Amino acid sequence: MNPYALFLGCTIPVRAQNYELATRKIAAVLNIPLLDIDNFTCCGFPIDSVHHKTSLLMAARNLALAEQNNANLCTICTACTGMLTETNLVLRDSATQRDEVNQKLRELGMEYRGTVEVKHFVRLLIEEVGFKALQEKITRPLNALRFAPHYGCHYLKPTAIYSGFDSDENPQTLDQLITLTGAESISYEEKLSCCGGALLAIDEGLALKISKKKLDNLIANRVDAIVLICPFCSIMYESNQRKIESTFQTEYHLPVLYYPQILGLALGIEPKELGFNQNRVRPTAVLEKLGV
Amino acid sequence: MSSIIYLDKKNLAFKNLVLSTPGGENILRCFACGACSAACPVREIDERYNPRRIIRMVLLGMKDEVLRSDFVWLCASCYTCTERCPQDVHLTTIMRVLKNIAVSEGIIHPAYQTQVETIRKHGKIYEIEDFDNKKRGRLGLPPLEKQNPDMVRIFELTGLTKREPKD
Repeated sequence: MNPYALFLGCTIPVRAQNYELATRKIAAVLNIPLLDIDNFTCCGFPIDSVHHKTSLLMAARNLALAEQNNANLCTICTACTGMLTETNLVLRDSATQRDEVNQKLRELGMEYRGTVEVKHFVRLLIEEVGFKALQEKITRPLNALRFAPHYGCHYLKPTAIYSGFDSDENPQTLDQLITLTGAESISYEEKLSCCGGALLAIDEGLALKISKKKLDNLIANRVDAIVLICPFCSIMYESNQRKIESTFQTEYHLPVLYYPQILGLALGIEPKELGFNQNRVRPTAVLEKLGV
Repeated sequence: MSSIIYLDKKNLAFKNLVLSTPGGENILRCFACGACSAACPVREIDERYNPRRIIRMVLLGMKDEVLRSDFVWLCASCYTCTERCPQDVHLTTIMRVLKNIAVSEGIIHPAYQTQVETIRKHGKIYEIEDFDNKKRGRLGLPPLEKQNPDMVRIFELTGLTKREPKD
């Protein structure tokens, strides 16, 4: 396997260290080599709304850094996944855009030739390790638990950039990954709905209302936790859960877990090594059901 | 909207600007079926944001009403409209085009202004402080750089220079 550079983006290094810890731990246990490149910047996604050419150049610079290090890119934020995947395709398919970007990258002493693969860590698990190989490594089946998968929009859409990886209307991959741990992955009405994260800084009240819809639906479904794969979705459902509770006079206490955290439990890894002590909504009941 | 829209007073150059901006090309394909508005998670909660109406306003040349609106910043970028649209209008991308045009006219949401400045200075939307690197060290995570000189250069190269909002 070609090495993958771990692309952390903006949110994970300061606000989702549990996700980062669990991801690095799983990669180590499964012998997936992850490289650290310390001068990656923001992927470019937030700047796309302001100035598209700048976001394209930021994404291209990150891709070029991976290429310089003979590495592919492993993302764990879905917005980074979308931004870097889309830019990669644009630069591969359009010589005009590639030349224009490279003209500017040369000013930074860089160039992008288009050799990097971008994959979300979860896709890496599926395509480089495989469902069957993962399942065979399970030593602590999570049979007692019911989880609600939350895919995150940019893991699936726009579908045109993900070449048929999963369906946007009836996605399966995260369900399958949850099921192989022994846990139940439930189907629920709000399964496909957006977290609203992109609007948090723009209109907080609106963003919280969008998140509330899913949380309400999950409480009605009596799940042990929501399982997700994007730090910004977690900011909405976990970091802002208290605020949603106080704003709308309701109560959830719903644990929000990252997929690598639950996979780690199923692989027999200790909760602390997976960052469970850093989850803001304490997942005590989840761990008690497993007796860990 | 209750008031009459007088087309002779509207700015059709605006429609052509959207059409000629990469990502805006498909707007004329819209046959106003409303699949975008029906699918939109923001529209469901907030009446201000109505994708089908936004497309129509652009096509009618309602430049100021679009660029100076609250709603121009309210796309959650979930791509549901893009996927459901039978005409491949690519509304999520059109919303990006509209926001980019607003910024080029000096209209920017303060949240984006802050993000631009933070990224210019620190390379990320959240500054990495000593406290963060210390905490990362305690957890066994590698430290991260606190500044990135390439960012200032990138912003200069693309012309995203310091811009004070007009409003």
